[in-house]
Amino acid sequence: MTDLAHAPSDPHPADDPVPVPITTRKDWSSDQEVRWCPGCGDYSILAAVQMLMPDLGVRRESTVFLSGIGCAARFPYYMNTYGMHSIHGRAPAIATGLATTRPDLDVWVVTGDGDSLSIGGNHLIHALRRNVNITILLFNNQIYGLTKGQYSPTSEVAKVTKSTPFGSLEQPFNPLSLALGAEAGFVARTHDMDRKHMMETFRRAHAHKGASFVEIYQNCNVFNDGAFEKITGKEHRSDMLIPLVHGEPIRFGAEGQHGVVLHNDGSVEVVEVAAVGESALLVHDEHRDNPGLAFQLSRLSRGPYEPTPIGIFRDVDRPEYGEEMARQIDEATARRGQGDLNALLRSGSSWTVE
Amino acid sequence: MSNTTQPKPPHLLDRVVIRFAGDSGDGMQLAGDRFTTSSALFGNDLATFPDFPAEIRAPAGTLAGVSAFQVHISDHDISTAGDSPNVLVAMNPAALRANIDSLPKGATVIVNVDAFEERNLVKAGYESDPLGDGSLSAYTVYEVPMTSITTEVSKEAGVKPRDAERSKNFFALGLISWLYTRPIEGTMGWIEEKYAGKPLVMEANLRAFKAGFHFGETTELFESSYEVKPATLAPGEYVNVTGNTATAWGLIVAATRSDLPLFLGTYPITPASDILHELSKHKQFGVRTFQAEDEISGIGAALGAAFGGALGVTTTSGPGVDLKSEMIGLAISLELPLLIIDIQRGGPSTGLPTKTEQADLLHAMYGRHGEAPLPIVAAKTPSHCFEATVEAVRLAVKYRTPVILLSDGYLANGTEPWKLPDLDQLPDIDPGFATDPNHVDDDGNAVFWPYLRDPETLARPWAPPGLAGLEHRIGGLEKADGSGNVAYDGANHEKMTRLRAAKIAGIAHDIPPTDVDDEDGAEVLVIGWGSTYGAIAAGVQRVRARGHKVAQAHLMHLNPFPADLGEVLSSYKKVLVPEVNLGQLSRLLRAEYLVDAISFTQVQGVPFRAAAMESAILQQIDGTAERFAAEATGSTDTIEKGSLR
Ligand SMILES: Cc1ncc(C[n+]2csc(CCOP(=O)(O)OP(=O)(O)O)c2C)c(N)n1
Ligand code: SF4
Ligand SMILES: [Mg+2]
Repeated sequence: MTDLAHAPSDPHPADDPVPVPITTRKDWSSDQEVRWCPGCGDYSILAAVQMLMPDLGVRRESTVFLSGIGCAARFPYYMNTYGMHSIHGRAPAIATGLATTRPDLDVWVVTGDGDSLSIGGNHLIHALRRNVNITILLFNNQIYGLTKGQYSPTSEVAKVTKSTPFGSLEQPFNPLSLALGAEAGFVARTHDMDRKHMMETFRRAHAHKGASFVEIYQNCNVFNDGAFEKITGKEHRSDMLIPLVHGEPIRFGAEGQHGVVLHNDGSVEVVEVAAVGESALLVHDEHRDNPGLAFQLSRLSRGPYEPTPIGIFRDVDRPEYGEEMARQIDEATARRGQGDLNALLRSGSSWTVE
Repeated sequence: MSNTTQPKPPHLLDRVVIRFAGDSGDGMQLAGDRFTTSSALFGNDLATFPDFPAEIRAPAGTLAGVSAFQVHISDHDISTAGDSPNVLVAMNPAALRANIDSLPKGATVIVNVDAFEERNLVKAGYESDPLGDGSLSAYTVYEVPMTSITTEVSKEAGVKPRDAERSKNFFALGLISWLYTRPIEGTMGWIEEKYAGKPLVMEANLRAFKAGFHFGETTELFESSYEVKPATLAPGEYVNVTGNTATAWGLIVAATRSDLPLFLGTYPITPASDILHELSKHKQFGVRTFQAEDEISGIGAALGAAFGGALGVTTTSGPGVDLKSEMIGLAISLELPLLIIDIQRGGPSTGLPTKTEQADLLHAMYGRHGEAPLPIVAAKTPSHCFEATVEAVRLAVKYRTPVILLSDGYLANGTEPWKLPDLDQLPDIDPGFATDPNHVDDDGNAVFWPYLRDPETLARPWAPPGLAGLEHRIGGLEKADGSGNVAYDGANHEKMTRLRAAKIAGIAHDIPPTDVDDEDGAEVLVIGWGSTYGAIAAGVQRVRARGHKVAQAHLMHLNPFPADLGEVLSSYKKVLVPEVNLGQLSRLLRAEYLVDAISFTQVQGVPFRAAAMESAILQQIDGTAERFAAEATGSTDTIEKGSLR
């Protein structure tokens, strides 16, 4: 009898003698024509992922990209891996079933701000809470792209769009605060203008066991052009992006002249290093068990017009859902032996008619 | 009344219907369940009908809080839990009031007389005490001080006065066990095992149970005891199962036979939750159960597991069915195996959560946007849930399609003895995963086309991630025939739409022909589906016993129908379709076969009564329904209870 705890098609056990082949970006690109609008930020994210994959030491056939619906969600069609373009908002649910039954796979979820924070908000928070072994890339363009420009749950208040000609009335979600509140173990932010930073962030997200959440500021040049320009534009970056580096004091600016301090009441603030002294700066710690400080950092900036931290906010280990499920199966099997159908059918009282 | 203290030999009965009724907190389901088990082990044929309120604990003593368990035991083959009880055990005035109307005149009523005090009478809405005002003169009433005797024997065991009366359900069980000559060792052993961790409770329950039994034996209240001899069931090994247990076991067996890991993604809902509970106990079979955040996630995760090469299953009921529609559509588009189990309950909306109905057939058939056909399989009795589940899995895996399995609240909670099947006789289920590229592209390269179909079944290859060279992307956008690439052109869409429909329609040739139970010369065919089976079979039997001819057919496959169904229908003068809905199968039959199907329906949250079925059939045969109905049951259960259209 085969081992029922594992899918029949796990052809690469841990001791697989076949080495992972050397690949290039081309091997990870499908033959499908990429159909995003010219100039869309999605292109550079796709390039970053395709260029990173050969570096990760993983197999194409053991890699799966899942998505919901939206412009961002077309992503799986362009990866030469296994993939599924599913329905609006539900990719984390589908990924939960796949990742828990197939621990041998690398499961990536690509989603938009509407897909993951509006219709799919429930699945997102629960996948993070359960710590399913998936890597979630949230392409945040603060707009509904595919449906041609309605405001989204990350659009700023008073945003004028096709569906809000007099301005939107809603307080937006802060995706990182939400993820941290949902108990995510790995939370990071990057942006579509910096390939190197994206690749590094994705590499770390992939390496993390359990649910990893990466928000990517992504420019929709058709319906929300320049949404992040004030912070990601080349000339603004050094003053407006705050790189978080584990173990280092948090500082930014061309000369490192700005920094972040932690106040006694638990709040964080941007300061001039000259005014407070270097030793007063907050030293970033990704592995802090308490998410409170990461939460404060996620709210340091009120929007992409103020100095905004990027990088890894939190990276802590928690028991992974699929592994725990498998553990219970192993324990039950060790305790009772492999399932016996005849015993199952007689688990109540049986009697015999001669 | 007899004066002798010598035990009299028990009086033989061929069958009896007993209804245990009390407050939700009185433990009536437990008492009924134990009585059922000892009757099953004794060898009776039986059928049960648990009937409980939607509230876990409605205010004590009120009509809304009455919980009942009906069991029909017999020395011959029976198919229903009985139209009306011969014996009612009423633990309080509310239980009496809620059930007395379903008793035929002359029936036996055993009441816990201690509960008939002013306060309880008022709560039950009685203006005067029915035990004293003559209103029960048509029945044989036994007044038994169940609470006081139970309290007394429990206190002797050391139970706190406050808890002492809680064992009274075991007193009632003991009394009925004596009255119907049930062996008691089984129940005593069960009490000892079940309450091993709570010695006081165990002792109190044992004492109450024995006290009930001895009460029957020693008081001279009852004229004699009764016995229902074992039924002559076909030789074999039997267990007593509920439909939900049989469904859960069917899943484990089908998963094992197909060598697929079983994944259940689900969200708790009555009356489907017990499948989750049962499966979660059996992890040693590699079963993964996932209690999702909602129904959409439950089915989504099941579909994700199916994409990964597992047997993906979701279970639900009522409103949960609605939530799954979009994901079912995706599964139809992805052409992946997936099993959706709908334990139907009364609707719309929250409806009657604990009551049965079979009103989801048209939803299963059409409840999705676009042309989105899928196979539908329905179980007909509690134990048949096993076979129906295995069949649904077979179709899902072979045809790479979501399948809806319809059960309902009556099947889910009802029980019957089930002759254990020979597992080797079950159908083969071969996942037949894709292993190699299946196509050569224009440049002569071997490639994998996920939508290149098997010419015979029209099923597409199932290629879970993991194999090099078979990488592919699928999705809900329309796909090009063969390559599976995104395709928008109209001609391709029409082709794919027709292919998906033809794949499902073709299953008609892979299922057995209509199973018709006919006596030569019958002009009326009664055809049903799902849990009406028992009532239809009983009705047909009664009609035949009157010397009439009538044919019966019951459909397990509702989409597609068996290939010969049109022919079968057209060979009868009249086709009667009883359903616990407003006429859903009858509509499908009319649409598909232009047959003048006569719909006979009822939606009261309970199964049809055999007597109602009998008169509906007789009316079709010779139009004399009313007379026979009245005669058949002596109850008010005439044809007006159902509606003929
Ligand atoms: C159930 C459902 N409702 C609505 C839609 C329409 N719809 C498609 S994409 C989308 C919003 C996408 O926005 P976002 O997730 O931000 O992705 P983007 O296009 O911006 O990348 C909507 C509302 C749908 N496909 N399915
Ligand atoms: S609409 Fe916006 S997000 Fe969508 S492809 Fe065009 S630019 Fe990109
Ligand atoms: Mg968006």
